[in-house]
Amino acid sequence: MTVTFTMDGKEITVEDGQTLLEAARENGIDIPTICWHEATTANGLCRMCVVEVEGWRTLQPACVVQAGAGMKVQTRSEKVVRARKTILEMLASTMDLSDAPDILTMMDEYGADASRFPDAVRRVSEVKDDNPMYIRDYSKCLLCWRCVQVCADDAQYTYAINFEGRGYETQIGTFFDKPIPETTCVLCGQCVGVCPTGALKPKRQYLLEQGVSPEEISVLNTGRKKRKNV
Amino acid sequence: MTVAEPSPLYTAIEPYIPLGRSGLLPALHAAQKIYGWVPESAAAEIAKALRVPLADVHGVIEFYSLFYDMPTSKHVIRVCTDVACALKDADGILDRLCARHGLHPGQTTDDLSLTIEPSPCLGLCEHAPAVWETGSEQTTVIGEDGATFVSENRRPPSRVYGSVRILTANCGNGTTSLAKYGEYAGLKKAKAMTPEQVIAEVKASGLVGRGGAAFPTGVKWEGAAKAEGSPKYVICNADESEPGTFKDRVLMLDDPHRVIEGMCIAAYAIGAAKGYIYIRGEYPYIVPVLENALNEARGAGYLGNDFDIEIRVGAGAYICGEETALFESIEGKRGFPRIKPPFPTTHGVFGKPTVINNVETLCTVPMIIAQGAAEYRKLGTEKSPGSKLFCVSGDVERTGVYEVPFGVTLRELLEMAGGVKDGKQLQAVLFGGAAGAFATSEHLDVKLTFEDLRAAGLPLGSGVVMVFDETRDMRRVLKSLGHFFAHESCGKCYPCQMGTQRQKEILDRIAEGKVLADDFARLQDVGWTMTDASLCGLGQTAASAVLSAMKLWPGLFVEGQTSKVERQ
Repeated sequence: MTVTFTMDGKEITVEDGQTLLEAARENGIDIPTICWHEATTANGLCRMCVVEVEGWRTLQPACVVQAGAGMKVQTRSEKVVRARKTILEMLASTMDLSDAPDILTMMDEYGADASRFPDAVRRVSEVKDDNPMYIRDYSKCLLCWRCVQVCADDAQYTYAINFEGRGYETQIGTFFDKPIPETTCVLCGQCVGVCPTGALKPKRQYLLEQGVSPEEISVLNTGRKKRKNV
Repeated sequence: MTVAEPSPLYTAIEPYIPLGRSGLLPALHAAQKIYGWVPESAAAEIAKALRVPLADVHGVIEFYSLFYDMPTSKHVIRVCTDVACALKDADGILDRLCARHGLHPGQTTDDLSLTIEPSPCLGLCEHAPAVWETGSEQTTVIGEDGATFVSENRRPPSRVYGSVRILTANCGNGTTSLAKYGEYAGLKKAKAMTPEQVIAEVKASGLVGRGGAAFPTGVKWEGAAKAEGSPKYVICNADESEPGTFKDRVLMLDDPHRVIEGMCIAAYAIGAAKGYIYIRGEYPYIVPVLENALNEARGAGYLGNDFDIEIRVGAGAYICGEETALFESIEGKRGFPRIKPPFPTTHGVFGKPTVINNVETLCTVPMIIAQGAAEYRKLGTEKSPGSKLFCVSGDVERTGVYEVPFGVTLRELLEMAGGVKDGKQLQAVLFGGAAGAFATSEHLDVKLTFEDLRAAGLPLGSGVVMVFDETRDMRRVLKSLGHFFAHESCGKCYPCQMGTQRQKEILDRIAEGKVLADDFARLQDVGWTMTDASLCGLGQTAASAVLSAMKLWPGLFVEGQTSKVERQ
């Protein structure tokens, strides 16, 4: 079964059940995404992929909405562009995007002003360096949820991390803020692999960036430290 | 060999162990009853007993405002600082209480004897200013500046008025027992009909949801009745948390059997075996009233055979009034709203077909079935049949729940309430709650119906009519709304998570008279982005009242402008 609909005036036919995002990508139409990742369940939470569907009251996340017969979709309407630009500007006023080149590129593309929101309270936290494998710098976390998802049912079933707080004060955390070696973490590294902003980073990469030389790192021997049994 | 006694915590959580993860909120409530908060060891014991990952248990404690993972007293005084109470010097009450006990808001004494906190709307707006005290046998603070105090054992009085008394026939004189309520005549008649006939009657009545979204009730029931999958569920959404809303509190306290009968009829119509009443944690004094009524209904054979109802108590999260977040909460998770579709009628709680209705909606059902849709439609208008409860609060002479037929005007409603307090002039009315919009004296002759309000650009929402007199600084009202949404955003989708915070920051500046150039445009972009792009109804309406105020009083948001009040 296939469905035919229009996207930006172009008639598109896709398999039944395909999302608007998949349809767009197959047809060379660019829809930006932040939280979406091929290995994790789509949650439609960053809302960068929103598009305007004729007859629908609100903008729709292309990553989860399936193409429907006769749908009329606009991927760059005025509303869509305002939402994407404002989301990017709010991100820039919230977190450290210095390790997120893809998002900085999006900001250029949408003409987003990084200093649009003066006097904004930023989410700042200390770097957590508590295990030999990776560091956690939540000042760079944009809450895409990927790490929590791969730690749970999307991949590893370890459930070492979850959320702390609520709303703007949400952060990723462990049980009562325990250091990683005291959690169920198996140091599989999948969370580091899916982090889009450098909030999770291999320990060695972090040390090199801090100016520690490879020789000094070898002396630290961080990579071979055994995980403490709890 | 002696067998170790089970710990007091284990004994307390034992009934919830068979529920698995779904027992998490009840178990955390039980732990807090023992300790006042959830210590790490208790969280670990609960995690093990319910087989929930440790990090997930912690994530749930962190999500809900009424759960604590830091040492907190069993004796907590919470002062409502939301809109209606803010008009009555709630901030002053909080400050004085704190000063008297040497605490800052949100702080606990070193000996864990007392915690004092500001609180979002307690649903006591007609009694503003309101204070909720838990865990103390004897109140320590009664009479503080005329504040209304409630506790587990101290319920608020009901103030019920209006030109008709149908839904509220049993309200205003304490709790109605089953003996006084009489037999479930609507249920009896429903059972003599086929489920399809019951649904057809509800559809014919034109009843739409009273929680705010106004979805046709019969259509919802039909969807769940036809959906594949079992078991099916009926849920009463009693998470009444929209600032300015308190009608469901009155209905449940004074007439619990009406809502239970409504649920029984819904269950029969869709073929549900299990029901939940999800009641907000801030209404603890209603829980024993409902428990008692459920027992009476079981004794009379209305419940306990093919359908029964369980009460679930929330823990301080406005978002859990959103239906899918409420399901997550029943399932023992953080109250994150789900993406729709799929809709609850096919994929509700535990992924099963579910009907979820507001308290007032369910209370309307018994009469529709007992007397017939035609009789019900005699009141109200063609498109808005029946009567409606309005929650009138703020600067009026007589605050309370008002039952009126759809079609009375705002002016008539305000006259019933004795007009603006102390003979002052009307400045504004907040319609539909924090997620609503402002009206002015220009709207006084708008008829209170879905169709007329929609045409006037005003939401009926949950029936909030909050009145502000001419002396009120609306910038302070907006500041209070901004703080509410920033506190209550769940943090899932970016527009709302960051937008409610940016909105709060800008509204704070405006209230302090420190407006920056371009704040108007910033506020508008944030507001429209939340409205257009947020995942759920919370974010989509978090800027609704602010955007309406920007249209009505653009001068308030511009640099160099002072409020009308300041100029006087």
